[in-house]
Amino acid sequence: MTLLHDFTGARPGMTGRALLLRLSAIGAVLAGTAGTFAYAGGWLSPGLLTPARIIDRFEQVNGPHPGFRRNHAKGMCVAGRFTGSGAGARLSKAGVFAAGRVTPVEGRVALAGGQPYAADAAATVRSLALRFRLPDGEEWRTGMNNIPVFPVRTPEAFYAQLLAARPDPATGKPDPERLKAFFADHPESAKAAALIKARTVTAGFADSTYWSLNAFRFVAADGGTRPVRWALVPDPVPAVDAAPGDRNALFDAFAAQLAQNPRHWHLIVTLGQAGDPTADATLPWPADRATVDVGTLTLTAATPEAASTCRDINFDPLVLPDGIAPSDDPLLSARSAAYAQSVTRRAGETKTPSAVTGAAIHGAAL
Amino acid sequence: MTETARFNRPARLLHWTMAALILAMLLTGAAMVTSLADYSTLVALHRPLGILILLLAGLRLANRWRHAPPPLPADLPVWQRRAAHGSHILLYGLMLAMPLIGWAMLSAARYPVILAGPVVLPPILPPDPMLYAALRRLHTALAYGLFALILAHLAAALLHALIRRDGVFASMAPWRSGPPDAATPP
Repeated sequence: MTLLHDFTGARPGMTGRALLLRLSAIGAVLAGTAGTFAYAGGWLSPGLLTPARIIDRFEQVNGPHPGFRRNHAKGMCVAGRFTGSGAGARLSKAGVFAAGRVTPVEGRVALAGGQPYAADAAATVRSLALRFRLPDGEEWRTGMNNIPVFPVRTPEAFYAQLLAARPDPATGKPDPERLKAFFADHPESAKAAALIKARTVTAGFADSTYWSLNAFRFVAADGGTRPVRWALVPDPVPAVDAAPGDRNALFDAFAAQLAQNPRHWHLIVTLGQAGDPTADATLPWPADRATVDVGTLTLTAATPEAASTCRDINFDPLVLPDGIAPSDDPLLSARSAAYAQSVTRRAGETKTPSAVTGAAIHGAAL
Repeated sequence: MTETARFNRPARLLHWTMAALILAMLLTGAAMVTSLADYSTLVALHRPLGILILLLAGLRLANRWRHAPPPLPADLPVWQRRAAHGSHILLYGLMLAMPLIGWAMLSAARYPVILAGPVVLPPILPPDPMLYAALRRLHTALAYGLFALILAHLAAALLHALIRRDGVFASMAPWRSGPPDAATPP
């Protein structure tokens, strides 16, 4: 009977050697369990690109802007509805596509980049994010941009591009050498950048086409699935004159347009065929792919970001209703993860009012 | 060893099922906050498993209420007896609290709590980003606490099984084992 016997409560009949062996076995089981947990948590792979690292890089590139989205930081809330044409009902069992079904929608228009007080510029990528509220708590959230393809194929390329495209503090523009090196390493991004540059930049948010960028899958009632991409294509819009020197010219013009009349977009779904790239958002699909007009988005109102508005909604592209499923595009899960990280950080930070206050719109609709 | 010295069959079944589920939850939880590629798959698994654990924990408490667990060995030191009782209260508390906090924090952040297909749970808290941030931190902190508690529970269980051999492990073992050492004639 040793002190160890006494401490562990082992029976006196157990030899010291047997006791030590069994204690070691217990230690090994515990170490194995803790090790598995550590492995799952990424502690054993310090080089891993994580959601936190991506958001860290946004903060590194843009500086700290507590309370704001780390990307698409400058934005304004919109509201409206979606009316299904019925043509989508055979493609997807999501109720939102039923003929004549009206689904309330809230959303957010924004400018890409992590600077919440940047002046509006025509060339800045515009985004429209939407939250369709279906019956029984189901939702469809989507974040779309006015560019036909996405600039990168993988999260790793996105991470590298953020740094490569960082404006040089001296010139205010990205270092051309670093950009060149990035495009040399990522030829698919060079091709995508050319397509993005060649797009028609319209007057503002109201007459922009917004693309889903990533591919998804529509799941029909009979279980059949097909790859899709979608775009919101605007009805023609009369132009408005922007107030000279207005740093929020794009947002103010859009708010003024919505205050005059509702604005409409057609949700055009492109049907992919076997072999069309679903896992590479830098590649456009062939132009002759069939398209289906599945319904009309009508935006009726704009409001500044504030508590309990679009400000606090994560437009996670993987919040999908039954009938729309993710594709194998690696950017989808990465977007979902990085958005969640951004939300978790900004949710706990003190909020400052958005630069887009609506003061320019006579305080009427805003 | 008589049947009354073991946990009843539902208790044993629930214990081992939940052991596997809770370990799976801790692993998916740890993995999903660091993973880009598997994040969405892991989250889609984490939500329904959490709600399943909440339901099973309720069943388990009800079963425990109706069928008292077997007594601990009389020769167990007082501090170990207290540690056993205290850790079991904490384990039950966390089994119920973790899914509820997860559900509550998603509600506060205005995420739909999707279980499977079109099945979505209603929110249990009003939208509130600050509350979400606090609950999100709490969810992580308590997950680490739960993992530490499970390690201690595992260590104690193995100590009973391999070293004390006093029937405590056998009372929860999924299989029927021979009598413990204490009852074995020399």
